[in-house]
Amino acid sequence: MMTFLIVDDSRVIRSVARKIFQDLGIETREAENGQLGLDSVKEAIPDGVLLDWNMPVMNGLEFLQSLRATDLERQPKVILCTTENDMDHIMAALSAGADEYIMKPFDADIIRTKLEQIGLL
Amino acid sequence: MSTPLIPLEFDVFARLLKLRSGIIITPDKTYLLESRLQPIARKWNLEDLRGIAKKLSGMPDQRLLDDIVDAMTTNETLFFRDQNPFDSLKNYVLPTLTDKGHRPRKIRIWSAACSSGQEAYSIAMLLLEEKEKYAGCTFEIVGTDISREILAKAQSGIFSQFEVQRGLPIQYLVKYFVKDGDRWALKDTVKSMVSFRFFNLLEDPRLLGTFDIVFCRNVLIYFDHNTKKGILERISRALSPDGVLCLGGSESVLGITDKFTSVTGQRSMYQQSAPK
Ligand SMILES: C[S@@+](CC[C@H](N)C(=O)[O-])C[C@H]1O[C@@H](n2cnc3c(N)ncnc32)[C@H](O)[C@@H]1O
Repeated sequence: MMTFLIVDDSRVIRSVARKIFQDLGIETREAENGQLGLDSVKEAIPDGVLLDWNMPVMNGLEFLQSLRATDLERQPKVILCTTENDMDHIMAALSAGADEYIMKPFDADIIRTKLEQIGLL
Repeated sequence: MSTPLIPLEFDVFARLLKLRSGIIITPDKTYLLESRLQPIARKWNLEDLRGIAKKLSGMPDQRLLDDIVDAMTTNETLFFRDQNPFDSLKNYVLPTLTDKGHRPRKIRIWSAACSSGQEAYSIAMLLLEEKEKYAGCTFEIVGTDISREILAKAQSGIFSQFEVQRGLPIQYLVKYFVKDGDRWALKDTVKSMVSFRFFNLLEDPRLLGTFDIVFCRNVLIYFDHNTKKGILERISRALSPDGVLCLGGSESVLGITDKFTSVTGQRSMYQQSAPK
């Protein structure tokens, strides 16, 4: 079964995303900031990460940069999922190695089509 | 509260729609009529649908008829819808029509029933991505629809944040759009590849010229057998001999016309049948 790690400091967002992934038959794990997210990836590499940008302790961009710099057996796909919706943020995420980018608010359709685009569905 | 429609009035609308657009509406969809035509009633200062029905008897205003058809169209669409036809276009149709780009040629592409333009613009972006391979070829994309309102939106090339997130890879958003307030506007490089025109599929598409590729997706589903047959056969006449027709995922020519044969190995793609 495919696994997604949801990294977001909002419990509400995590549960909305969890529900959408579960409906798509995808298992989920959760972390509430970038640091906990990294710990979780090192424990077990998920197929994908749904990643918020603005979080305490370690933000999404820092998470992404250290994830991509970490020597892992395989790199998970990363979808940024944030209220930041300007070109500069999108470019920064892409150059740090994001595979896709979702501008909040999102819904099941958006998640599904993004998963298709990065070849996970 | 508006008074409920009686079957006779339902018939007035059903017949009007069928006649002017081919769209079939059955009595179980009365709620759809109600919800979509209520705003039209308001716009025309009529109390409700019965008021519209009454105004339709006699010599109805052409603009009212247009408004009704417009309101009853379903414009649901997204960028790179179903992905698979776009892969076929890139990996099979374009290489085949141009002998892998070695045969310079003008290729005309028709997005029939283009709605707000996502399909036509997806094709344009795909062509831009592939343009090196087809340096000797020129491309023209024509998008048509029966809804003037949706055509105006298509023409604007401006999409909401929601729309650009459905089917459009983020790399394409970065490359081909600029942010415009809280919306996203297509760059001229893409916009200029597509022209939009009003066209009713019940009419003869040779008015639009001959095409090499026709995308006619997710619209035949609204029509009855004879209407589908008529549309497909007219498209066949407007398609070049080696042209390709692409239908929607749930649509087929099977049992409707023998003018087309499916292309082996390419889902949803059809070519002209060999003459008997
Ligand atoms: C569901 S959309 C399909 C859009 C796009 N082809 C796609 O697959 O995403 C159907 C479109 O068909 C248009 N339509 C319905 N009847 C038509 C007719 N008789 N002639 C031309 N367009 C028509 C509607 O206005 C609507 O925009």
